[in-house]
Amino acid sequence: MSKEAVLGAIRRGLRRGPVPDDLASGLRARLRAHPRHLIPARSLLPRPAQVALFIRNVEKEFGSVIRVPGPTDVPAAIADYLAAQNLPSALVLAPHPELQALPWATRPLLRLREGRAEPTDLVSVQHGYAAIAETGTLMLPGTPDRPTTLNLLADTAIVVLLASRIVGPLEDAWDRLRAEGHDPVTGGFLPRNVMLVTGPSRSADIESTLELGAHGPRRLHVVLVDDDPTAID
Amino acid sequence: MRATSPAFRENAAHALADKRLQKALVFTRPAFPSRRAAAIAQLPEFEQLRKTGRDIKDHTLANLDFYLETWAANVERAGGQVHWCSTADEARAAVLAICQRVGARTVTKGKSMISEELAINEHLEQHGITPVETDLGEYILQLRREPPSHIIAPAFHLNREDWEESFRASHTDLPPGRVFADRRDILAEARAQLRARFLAADVGITGANFLIAETGSTVIVTNEGNGDLTQTLPRVHIVLASIEKVVPTLEDTCTLLRLLARSATGQDMSVYTTFSTGTRRPGELDGPDEFHVVLIDNGRSAMLGSPFQPMLRCIRCAACLNHCPVYFTVGGHAYGWVYPGPMGAVLTPTLIGVDQAGHLPNASTFCGKCESVCPMHIPLPGMMRHWRERQFERHLTPPTARAGLRVWGWFARRPWAYRLITRAVAAGLGRLGRKRGRFSSLPLAGGWTGGRDLPAPEGATFFARYAREQRAGRA
Ligand code: SF4
Repeated sequence: MSKEAVLGAIRRGLRRGPVPDDLASGLRARLRAHPRHLIPARSLLPRPAQVALFIRNVEKEFGSVIRVPGPTDVPAAIADYLAAQNLPSALVLAPHPELQALPWATRPLLRLREGRAEPTDLVSVQHGYAAIAETGTLMLPGTPDRPTTLNLLADTAIVVLLASRIVGPLEDAWDRLRAEGHDPVTGGFLPRNVMLVTGPSRSADIESTLELGAHGPRRLHVVLVDDDPTAID
Repeated sequence: MRATSPAFRENAAHALADKRLQKALVFTRPAFPSRRAAAIAQLPEFEQLRKTGRDIKDHTLANLDFYLETWAANVERAGGQVHWCSTADEARAAVLAICQRVGARTVTKGKSMISEELAINEHLEQHGITPVETDLGEYILQLRREPPSHIIAPAFHLNREDWEESFRASHTDLPPGRVFADRRDILAEARAQLRARFLAADVGITGANFLIAETGSTVIVTNEGNGDLTQTLPRVHIVLASIEKVVPTLEDTCTLLRLLARSATGQDMSVYTTFSTGTRRPGELDGPDEFHVVLIDNGRSAMLGSPFQPMLRCIRCAACLNHCPVYFTVGGHAYGWVYPGPMGAVLTPTLIGVDQAGHLPNASTFCGKCESVCPMHIPLPGMMRHWRERQFERHLTPPTARAGLRVWGWFARRPWAYRLITRAVAAGLGRLGRKRGRFSSLPLAGGWTGGRDLPAPEGATFFARYAREQRAGRA
């Protein structure tokens, strides 16, 4: 069992020795440049249309979206959603500064706990890092202030997302992370975990019939904060 | 998994006679082809993306050693460990050693075809460790001790009664008289049972759809979320990945992701696409303390530089199965090993030997549908033909078939004789079959008509007709 044995077998198959230096530097340059390939035109739209496409795609994938004018409206939007769905008002919240800064006291009936999700939690509130209009996908990097379990364990997953964080294609979301991310261990941009989430959990394993809520959340609700004047019609 | 591929003929005959299976192949058959078509109709760039996807994989395979080394160095930088394994035995030993070192009693598992290939569950069980499949389909198959019959819809051949029966027999802690009003109830019971398992597991094992050289990541693509729970809750995460899964960058992955879900289930994106890179970071509330990747060759490197190298582009989307008339006639189990359908007919002989799996590349109508839907442009029928040639060269083809081919060869080299005999046969069969338009039994062709009808010729051969139309100045 060794690295040399595996690499040796590959080189035998390819009928050559190790990649020569000049070729290797070309390959390293490709990694550094990480060139984009063809990007589908469907999400390359003016901002308002991009946001509308994101919403349409989330809904197509059985998620729901509510748009609110500003961050201060978020607690009320969440409280109203929970009441309308007949859900309990206890939430587990990502320990993210943008969520901590929201005026939760305006909705005193909401019971909040910060941290990772426990199996008993029924509703979680995650902080959305970015979102992809192309497919209605949320980008949720696992960082100390965005625990991964918040995406998975609760029956109802709520994500608070700023409209300014909606991009067209997936490549643009990676570019944001390339520019803004910093991992303390690798020194690179990518955190330990990045989840791309498109709609609530589902399975069609029983008689090829789709059911929501297989192991992860049954409901995925996005509270979209209109912080981007260019994104509003 | 022990291969029953040598018995493909018997397996297929058995499958054709299995009423329950035949019913499932018709009634619970996933609607993947129509969903795929609908998704692709919404993406005018799909054809261009296919070509790009093929080129990305070809580039990676040509430099596979470089990209794997780069990827492994990045895994290690992120606190993970790579275990390089040439064979299935080595991979099983590596997984067991990790589980034993951490004193694991139960291990949860996300869906992984390579894990079937390694028969890792049996190996762990033999050493007193309990593996628990958590993908819903894989879970019921584990309860029933059955192998999967499809690479992305492993249990579609079971119907509701099968699920209820297995759950009653296995979940003995629940009231025996409970009612399953609909599929939701079955799902809810599985979810509750498996939640407890996720929380109790010491180790989580997942597969990988991609490895990303640039970042040292492993990627899983699922709809249920079970893979994420498997890799997030236990203290130790083991990824099983074969060497051809590596791609250079995140941008390369974007292109392949655009092809994968559409070709598989007809979704634009699967629900969870998750990138894992190393161990839990300082201050992080979730994530494993140990991150291992068991990197497996198990026969892949021998495909490099051979006519079968394009098969290493496969992203396991299952489109070729979903569009295969043979697959939907005999079901997945008849193929006798991990990979069924057209991709299995090419892959299985390379991995377990053409002497074991020689029937599979023959189980094809050569309709070409698989190649036309394969997002990675893999020439599947061409490679099946390669296997047939090798079989013939190695004298693995049965004597009657060899004799038949010799007869055909004699005629094929003598066009006048070929035309004469085909004209006579076409005219004869055409007259006989004029009423029904097909034959359900024919002397000397029982092997064909046992499983399907033979369409009756219309009376004239292609040659005759072509000549006539030429004369009429139409062709
Ligand atoms: S061979 Fe092609 S169509 Fe079949 S599973 Fe692989 S990528 Fe998909």
